[in-house]
Amino acid sequence: MTQAIPRFWREIQSRYNLVGSKCGSCGKVDFPPRAVCPDCGRKSIGKMQSFKLCGKGTVVTYTTIYDAPSQFDMQKPYVMAIVEMDEGVRLTTQLINVKPEDVKIGMKVQATFRKLGQDGEAGVIHYGYKFRPAGS
Amino acid sequence: MREVAVIGVGETEFGELWDRSFRDLGIEAGLKAIQDAKIASEDIDAVYIGNMSAGKFIDQEHVSALVADYAGLADRHLPTVRVEGGGACGAVALLQARLAIASGMYDIVVVGGAEKMTDVGDVQAAEILSSTADQEWESVFGATFAGLYAMMARRHMHEYGTKREHLAAVAVKNHKNGSLNPEAQFQKEITLETVLNSPMVADPLGMFDCAPLSDGAAAVVLCAADRARKFTDAPVLLKGSGQASDFLAVHDRRDLTTMDATVIAGKRAFQEAKLEPKDVQVAEVHDNFTISEILAIEDLRFVEKGKGGPATADGLTALNGKVSVNPSGGLKARGQPVGATGVAQAVEIVRQLRGDAGKRQVAGARRGLTHTLGGTGATAVVHIFERGA
Repeated sequence: MTQAIPRFWREIQSRYNLVGSKCGSCGKVDFPPRAVCPDCGRKSIGKMQSFKLCGKGTVVTYTTIYDAPSQFDMQKPYVMAIVEMDEGVRLTTQLINVKPEDVKIGMKVQATFRKLGQDGEAGVIHYGYKFRPAGS
Repeated sequence: MREVAVIGVGETEFGELWDRSFRDLGIEAGLKAIQDAKIASEDIDAVYIGNMSAGKFIDQEHVSALVADYAGLADRHLPTVRVEGGGACGAVALLQARLAIASGMYDIVVVGGAEKMTDVGDVQAAEILSSTADQEWESVFGATFAGLYAMMARRHMHEYGTKREHLAAVAVKNHKNGSLNPEAQFQKEITLETVLNSPMVADPLGMFDCAPLSDGAAAVVLCAADRARKFTDAPVLLKGSGQASDFLAVHDRRDLTTMDATVIAGKRAFQEAKLEPKDVQVAEVHDNFTISEILAIEDLRFVEKGKGGPATADGLTALNGKVSVNPSGGLKARGQPVGATGVAQAVEIVRQLRGDAGKRQVAGARRGLTHTLGGTGATAVVHIFERGA
């Protein structure tokens, strides 16, 4: 089902620039930004600050996707990973510029800006991060 | 709280049932359960329905009233409730119905679970299943439902030395059990080689590591335990229930190889029932992927953390093993009509505890457990059942 354009543009800060949040009470970093810190609860309300991740991290686990939704059909097989960012928070991302057989747990990766998808044939094109091997 | 018993069970066959609609299936399961319980429509106080996504699968919302209507109950104007909770919705509906009886508000409640998944194509159905993961921060980047479970499997392999053969042993066992279940979607045994050589879906999970898309429905009749003997000589008591939630996205969880929601739901259910895992002889656990069953038997403490793979390969969870896991064939072989899952698991456990499970009967089954997951484990529900004395 086609979605209204705001569904995509309201996430731009996080998807383009890796903007998350930092708890003003304990300093924990979350991504995407949260209104409440899961560790501090009500103490953190009103103290959550915008925080930009450095874009560098480590592969925690990964998979190669062979059976994909229609909008990823032209990309398969492709590699997905959970990456632990240097700030400690984790996210799910596609890995690019690397062969599936060369991906390893513990591998250093960095964020890069790419097209993520298109909402149907004439729909809005949306963008965001994918990750590539560090230094590649 | 009043004690609650199951006094009737019913289900449809599971599979690609092209000639049957959502309402056909829901009604068949419900009427079978009502007949089994020997109750009249006047006895029913409420109807609860577990359904994940009729809105997306068949473009029909408001299925609670629909099912009651076509079950012939429209003139009774019963309260009807549809419960959503990803794949756990049937188990959550069961829990909510139990609470409604335990509170004293109702005496008899029919709990149904139903899903009609084959009225959309298989790619679309997989996308609908994925919508129980985090759409904005997992799916939009290309993570499929199988892909998220595959990443848990990869990490389990990395931390505990689990092998693809261990995962495959789950599928082989559950197909073997399914071959003994005349209601199962797949009633053929498969070999380890078949699983290992099946096409990759999301590495390390192949096609035979994944439960199928299915149509089907199941229903149980719950009754206040002090009234149950009026209807049946073989009530099965609901001794404990636990439900827990967790971070929606897999990447936010404390540990990628433990489902904390399962651990906590299990603890809550065992605590209420005043029982331990060793007291349970038979369990239906959420094996939507082979790795899921391995995590479940570890997180429910049937086996030590990290040993779920070897335990399965060694037959500890086989029919009449240390604990018989998924004697029905599980989601893998019995089928996976999502909304029906939690209720169908309860139907199987009740049959086992009554001694009505035919060729797949677990010898001496006195207590049984159901474990149901929503999404990739952001919801988990555990129910513990005991044969009435």
